[in-house]
Amino acid sequence: MAEMSAELPITEADLQAYADGRLAEARRAEIEAWLASRPEEAERVEAYRRIHEELRAVYDPVLQEPVPERLHAAAAHPRRRLGRYGVAAAWLIAGLATGAVAGWQLHERRVAVPPPVAETPNFARRAAVAHATYSPEVRHPVEVGADQEDHLVAWLSKRLGAPIRAPKLDAVGYSLVGGRLLPGESGPVAHFMYQCSRGTRVTLYLRTEPGNNRETAFRYAREGNVGVFYWVDRRMGYALSSADIGKDELLNVANAAYRQLNP
Amino acid sequence: MNDAQRLVDLIPRLRRYARALVGERSTADDLVQDTLERAWSKFHLYRRGSDLRAWLFTVMHNVHVNRVRARRPTDPLEEEMPELALRAPQGDGLLVRDLERALERLPAEQREVLLLVSLEEMTYEEVARTLGIPIGTVMSRLSRAREKLRIMMLGLPASAKLKVVK
Repeated sequence: MAEMSAELPITEADLQAYADGRLAEARRAEIEAWLASRPEEAERVEAYRRIHEELRAVYDPVLQEPVPERLHAAAAHPRRRLGRYGVAAAWLIAGLATGAVAGWQLHERRVAVPPPVAETPNFARRAAVAHATYSPEVRHPVEVGADQEDHLVAWLSKRLGAPIRAPKLDAVGYSLVGGRLLPGESGPVAHFMYQCSRGTRVTLYLRTEPGNNRETAFRYAREGNVGVFYWVDRRMGYALSSADIGKDELLNVANAAYRQLNP
Repeated sequence: MNDAQRLVDLIPRLRRYARALVGERSTADDLVQDTLERAWSKFHLYRRGSDLRAWLFTVMHNVHVNRVRARRPTDPLEEEMPELALRAPQGDGLLVRDLERALERLPAEQREVLLLVSLEEMTYEEVARTLGIPIGTVMSRLSRAREKLRIMMLGLPASAKLKVVK
């Protein structure tokens, strides 16, 4: 607009640019002169200017509000979020970039350990099926709700014969809905469900592993539309599933769970 | 400065825009969160050295359009504002709400243009690039948005006009 010459007729776009204070000095003066003899138009443009100021007055204070943690987490690249696992994460990113299998070692000292029991795809597949079965459930997504979390954890620990925990995933935007007991291949399985404020659900599938596996590898599998990150730590196998979020976000949630379950 | 830090620095501006665009705080923050997550998943499409802010607002625009479309099967972006006069407010506590409600009544496409110009102070060319529309469309949407707001605000008694602290 600023380049318009003096001969050009005054357009609606000029008036908008005038209200925004975006015209070059010469053009601005022309508009001013034009408006001087048209009080109705002048009033209209003045109202536009006022609207502009009111918008700023109402919404600029948002700039000063403290930023919620979940937004900080979303802005931080997975590489940064991982902190001391940064190197391993870089491997993962490189793996994803080349379309390779997303298998990676969290601890260098464990690199040489033989593949874990949970590497059998059955484990991930069962977790994915459990996710697909229960996560769309509206009325009965869980057997025991998060309001009875102590009871839930005590009950599932007793049935699995091992102390288990429901990790707190609120920092990454997911709160516990509750859990249930499921039949697994070789015994009972605990199934925790989490939900974010948008209603998206992720589920954590936990089972006991035979023997004492030292290995802790993060692996990714996809079963239908369900993505699963799974890993094993000593006597426990874990699988985190979701059908609604991308691999990056699922990895972020899996990392949060991992950090609590395998400190 | 690394990319994550640049994203973090832009969060307040994304939140301001989102708040004006969708109104309610947690819904607005959901939009910002989705935008940031989408930005990371699409970061390979960002051209190094180009304006990161404009790119993020493009991402937010796309996320917003998808969310709105997913919520309602009809296309609300094409909906015209209902021909309603704003009710006169009953008390001073409604001042801010009046502007919010007036904004809500604008078609989303007009609201976006107005907010990018007013809050982000983007040039008209930047708005056109950010939203992927011709500059003539930017100008006509801006003009229509302001005129509708003006008429809606006229429905208010003078005393109810928001006081702007200079």
